[in-house]
Amino acid sequence: MLVVKNLKVNYGKIEAIKDVSFEVPDGKIVTLIGANGAGKTTTLRALSGLEKTSGGSIVLDGMDITNREAHKMVPLGISHVPEGRKIFPTLTVRENLELAGWTIKDKKLVRERIEEVFELFPRIKERASQLGGTLSGGEQQMLAVGRGIVTGGKILLLDEPSMGLAPVLVDEIFSQILAINKKGTTILLVEQNAAEALDIADFAYVLEVGYTTLHGPAKEIAKDPRVREAYLGV
Amino acid sequence: MGAIFNAQQIVNGLQVGSIYALIALGYTMVYGIVRLINFAHGDFYMLGAYAAYGAFFAFNALFVGKTGLMAFVVLIASMAAGGVIALLANRLAYKPLRYKPKLSSLITAIGVSMFLEYFLSALPAVGPSYRSFPDILPRVNINLGNAVISNYVIIDIVIAAVLMVGLTLLIKKTTLGKAMRAVSQDKDAARLMGIDIEKVIAFTFLIGGSFAGAAGLLAGMTYPRIVPYMGIQPGLKAFIAAVLGGIGNIPGAVLGAYIMGLAETFASAYNSLIGEGIAFAILIIVLLVRPRGLLGEKIADKI
Repeated sequence: MLVVKNLKVNYGKIEAIKDVSFEVPDGKIVTLIGANGAGKTTTLRALSGLEKTSGGSIVLDGMDITNREAHKMVPLGISHVPEGRKIFPTLTVRENLELAGWTIKDKKLVRERIEEVFELFPRIKERASQLGGTLSGGEQQMLAVGRGIVTGGKILLLDEPSMGLAPVLVDEIFSQILAINKKGTTILLVEQNAAEALDIADFAYVLEVGYTTLHGPAKEIAKDPRVREAYLGV
Repeated sequence: MGAIFNAQQIVNGLQVGSIYALIALGYTMVYGIVRLINFAHGDFYMLGAYAAYGAFFAFNALFVGKTGLMAFVVLIASMAAGGVIALLANRLAYKPLRYKPKLSSLITAIGVSMFLEYFLSALPAVGPSYRSFPDILPRVNINLGNAVISNYVIIDIVIAAVLMVGLTLLIKKTTLGKAMRAVSQDKDAARLMGIDIEKVIAFTFLIGGSFAGAAGLLAGMTYPRIVPYMGIQPGLKAFIAAVLGGIGNIPGAVLGAYIMGLAETFASAYNSLIGEGIAFAILIIVLLVRPRGLLGEKIADKI
């Protein structure tokens, strides 16, 4: 269980996150929805250690992990699939996946997980020896999620997995996220595509200009008139 | 023109190019990974030469009659010195400035360079004047048709080639090499894979510094004299070679270095003053015609 309390993050003098609190129970899918600039990406970057927090706490399974360095978060069980995918363009698909196993001593386990990724994303398997930079946007997203699976965290942080993808691919990615969750991985999903996110999530939090405002079971949040108007375009 | 473009000059050019290549690799690798032009890099070359000199006189008595082993010990000493000093420079001077404006690191690099040169000159055991470098191996001239080639020249070319093949294998095949490439491409993504990027950066300085150190030994043996300021000119030329090949690009640095070595040797055969200047002429032409270098990638500004 991940518990975030009163999180604050500043970029210089700008307060990107002012007061964000939420909980991600084990085995569930929790989504943070909100407009551009609401602080969704910054929240995930703080959780994985890419950004220093200036207040509040991040507790994973009872352990305070606030402000640990990013590379130390990985062995603790945080896998972050960043915004914009951040594939290594001149490494092959397989090398990208192998590097995701950097902190895992047992290389057999890494190979097994890579096979698992190939099962989930057969298109990635076909491209295993191609350079990451030559993949299409959708394939890069699959590879990015695949790296998240290989790092093998308890909790997978997904930042805008649907961004820039054709609608048919969006459906595919979301059904794969559900499949990963069914296998036991907890998921924290950040999305602008609120409709799809609310559809697969168990719980939802709404982020507005650095604050968490509404929250509740995803089904109820999807019915909330304010959410419907602001994020679902109804 | 026959006197300029003959076998003798080509071999000499390859030898000069080999020395430049070993230095240029460190420049380009460090630039690739931390975007720093490490102007102290030529001084790691100088320190390699002095460490080799010191190791020779310290251990010479132990290796009487075993010149091959002695040469190996001296090579290790030069690489260790270049590598360790590069590690220290990174840890003490560059790391604290990592996320500060780039100009701070650049000026610091010049400071590190001057510190190393003047500190060594001030050390009574080293001093500011030239020292002649001992013959670690017997000096033999080999006649090849019209060319007379010193065995030292061959040794320089071969050792540089062996080290560069080793580096290629390290970068292409090992997990650490892949991590180096990953860190140079995207630091945040590398951290999210669990890679401690500071360790990878330190390792890059170690390798780059050790290659410069080896180059210092080879140059010291071949020319054969050393001085605390011996790194300035080759350092500058190796930097130009790295820019010529496309800074940050490893094969580019090697290509640029051999082009520089050959161009300089041919030009010197014509007129030694032109030889000294040709590197800078090449730099100006590259910057005007193809600023990203021969093998450099087009850098798109991130929005």
